Amino acid sequence: MTGPDRRTSASGGPGATLTTDMTSLWPQIEPILAQVQKPARYIGCEDGAVAPGTLEGKVGWLLVYPDSYEVGLPNQGLQILYEILNERGDARAERGYAPWPDMEAQMRRRGLPLFSVDSHAPARDFDILAFNLSAELVYTNVLNCIDLAGVPVRASDRGPEDPLVVAGGHCAFNPEPIADFVDVFAIGDGEEVVGQITDAVREWKAGGRTAGSRGRLLRDLARVAGAYVPSCYDVVYDGADLVAVTPRWPDVPARVEKRTVADLAAWPYPKNQLVPLTEVVHDRLNVEVFRGCTRGCRFCQAGMITRPVRERPAAQVREMVADGLRRTGYDEVSLTSLSSADFSGVEDVVRGIVADPSAGRFPVSVSLPSLRVDAFTVGIASEIQRARRTGLTFAPEAGTWRLRQVINKLIREEDLYGAVESAFSQGWRRVKLYFLTGLPTETDEDTLAIAELARACVAIGRRYQRSVTVAASVGGFVPKAQTPFQWARQDTPAELGRKVGLLRDALRRDRGVQLRWHDPRASLAEGIASRGDRRVGAVIEEVWRRGGTFQEWSEHFSLDLWIEAMAAHGLSVDWYVHRERDRPELLPWAHISAGLHEDYLWQEWQDALVASGTEDCRWTPCYDCGACTGYGIEHVVASATPPAGGSQGTGQDLSRGGEVPVTFRAHRRELAEARP
Amino acid sequence: MSRIRVRFAKLGKVRWTSHRDVARMWERAFRRVQLPVAYSEGFSPRPRLSFGLALPTGCESVAEYLDVEVAGDGVDVDVRLLPDRLSAALPAGVDAVAAAVLPPGSPSLQEVVDSCTWRWSAVAAEGGLPPGEDDLAARAAALLAAPTAVVTRARKGVETTDDIRPGILDLRVLGSVACPESRDSGESGGDPSPAVWVEAELASKPRSLRPAEVMAALSPGLEERDVRRTHQWILRDGARREPLTVGAPDVATAAPHAWERAS
Repeated sequence: MTGPDRRTSASGGPGATLTTDMTSLWPQIEPILAQVQKPARYIGCEDGAVAPGTLEGKVGWLLVYPDSYEVGLPNQGLQILYEILNERGDARAERGYAPWPDMEAQMRRRGLPLFSVDSHAPARDFDILAFNLSAELVYTNVLNCIDLAGVPVRASDRGPEDPLVVAGGHCAFNPEPIADFVDVFAIGDGEEVVGQITDAVREWKAGGRTAGSRGRLLRDLARVAGAYVPSCYDVVYDGADLVAVTPRWPDVPARVEKRTVADLAAWPYPKNQLVPLTEVVHDRLNVEVFRGCTRGCRFCQAGMITRPVRERPAAQVREMVADGLRRTGYDEVSLTSLSSADFSGVEDVVRGIVADPSAGRFPVSVSLPSLRVDAFTVGIASEIQRARRTGLTFAPEAGTWRLRQVINKLIREEDLYGAVESAFSQGWRRVKLYFLTGLPTETDEDTLAIAELARACVAIGRRYQRSVTVAASVGGFVPKAQTPFQWARQDTPAELGRKVGLLRDALRRDRGVQLRWHDPRASLAEGIASRGDRRVGAVIEEVWRRGGTFQEWSEHFSLDLWIEAMAAHGLSVDWYVHRERDRPELLPWAHISAGLHEDYLWQEWQDALVASGTEDCRWTPCYDCGACTGYGIEHVVASATPPAGGSQGTGQDLSRGGEVPVTFRAHRRELAEARP
Repeated sequence: MSRIRVRFAKLGKVRWTSHRDVARMWERAFRRVQLPVAYSEGFSPRPRLSFGLALPTGCESVAEYLDVEVAGDGVDVDVRLLPDRLSAALPAGVDAVAAAVLPPGSPSLQEVVDSCTWRWSAVAAEGGLPPGEDDLAARAAALLAAPTAVVTRARKGVETTDDIRPGILDLRVLGSVACPESRDSGESGGDPSPAVWVEAELASKPRSLRPAEVMAALSPGLEERDVRRTHQWILRDGARREPLTVGAPDVATAAPHAWERAS
């Protein structure tokens, strides 16, 4: 794709005056809508949205999800902050999404800036542009949105008249690749810190945003727990090596600790989940049942950075579900978490939802996006998926027991086969299996075992159904910051491609197995952005300047842009992506803390290399990863015993895998698959 | 099992949603008002709703219809209250204006609707000359007088040609001042470019003719804006009537405010 001219910003720019009255761009936007795909992306009007209003006397937040509307709208993190901010008397939050390239072209041609979908107000009318970072490949979209807002993309070029650019979300745990473009990162749970940022910005506005005030605001924010202000740190290199990241002032912390909401019960959000008018991913009621995960899968960044486990009380879950269904008219609710079958009393809660007479006279289905799958949980699934029964998804992640011990996904073949048998015998005809390839220590035997597992599942299904499908989905492993695999080397696209080729050959004649794979080239770009340091910022900027937006979407992705940009800035792809790190090396994200001791992460990495598993500390003694002890908080778990059917790492014989069921995840990958 | 027919309007920003989007809005609204909608059987039960002619994305309407099947005999449904209850449960811009229980054996909307009345403003296509009222009126008269009107359109990426003349039942140029009721949604863009208002009755059988196709035949330099369906018609014995007649004794009509919003 040829990008539009990025050199001129869409509107505003230095010297633009500050406005408090919001102007609606709707009269300019509407005439374009007949010429773009999916115009409903740009109209707002969702049930639960704030009515168009004024920013007068308020701190204005534009919460931007830097991907398309249909991917961004359901994001629960954004919706939670939207409500919390709008409940404050001194703040107003609206939402924005990355315009699709056809819309962007029209907007740039007509000089229309990025706008909110609530009031259709220009982005520069807001005091804060806040970005949700759920995936690294959206970074170029973040830059594009800042530019479309009419704000200088580099933080160092911004003045007191420019909005503050804030970013949060999982990717903020390695903020360095986009540190040059973001004024403040919010690390960890955002519920509390957004209030402190609002307070600081309110003071800044009250002071008139005078010359030099922006720097003072940033320094004030750098002292807020969980806030990371990149411009307050000096980064020192020695040749290729990073040698130090040091605060510029003594009152700026050397290490930024994440924020953690100790009691989820105090935050029953979203209370008014947005109901979109047009089709989006995850178009259903979502109720978060717990945050955090201690299963300890070594590849999983989400599990590592969100510890400890904090359950929502079951009574509050029931109330949020009943209220939400009544208010939204949805007939499906998803109980969200990183592993919802581990929620204490999950069985009672889901049965209660399905049987609730106040739900009315229509069938309600419950989906458990990360259901541990064994006979117990498939049994629940068959009872609760009344309204729709499409497919069940299991994530064994690796083909052999040895490799599953390496990644600490402790599932035996018998567990998977038991779950699959349970599913097919209860009427499902389609099972999806998720795997990673390119994992540390992986051999061709491990890779080919994926084909064996899939084939065996088809054979089981044929005992019960005439026609069954097993879809095996294979993604290339990308090591992530703040995980035990942060030191690992990532496979090259050629290696990943060869492994996928082995599976294709092995499954060529198996009609029951559908093999799907993630583009290995996209994994490489993700690798560059995931573990990069600040020097990678220039690469991201160059990819963006050359038109590389929507890199999460295969039709827009271009690896060449990334490779050429790396070369243009003298950076080695091998060094950043395909190199194993050693313990003494200073990692670019070392000054950002998810609470995990480096000793713990390193020990987990060493255990991985000898295929030794670690138990789930929710129900077994603490191994002091640091997340609880460091912050003086604890797991909040209603039941001291694992749910029926056992759980990963709870007392089983690790030499043979124990009674460990598989997890059942749909959401994140369902999203990936929803993309063409 | 009984069937209820609902007439509704779609106005304002919500006009940019699709026909499928509207179907989902209705499914949610019926659940919110706890109407005992009948569901299909099977692994994926769906509520039994049937919509008439799809309204093209971007068009407004004050004459949309749907039929909903109600489980049991529907005795506990008070149809008189239904339009207001539904409007409260629907997104802003979608309003139920009338509802009635259908006599058993009534044919479906797709079967009975023969034509629709549309109103739109003709404006200059990008880079084109603004329309002249007299010129447009002359073109309309010529089009109605012509035996055929062949237009080319892209259908699933393939160019096809069609004679649309038989589908144009009536075509009138209303004038260059905006019709007041066509502006009442207040969100029609406020486009200051000169416009001429056009009204047409277009056949919906054998296929639905769209205002865009009429514009292609009328004047290639112009395009349609603010398109609104104002009526759907059932033609029978030389007379035409609507699938639900607002104000008829057996038809529940929404409170006046909703009807004003919609008409």
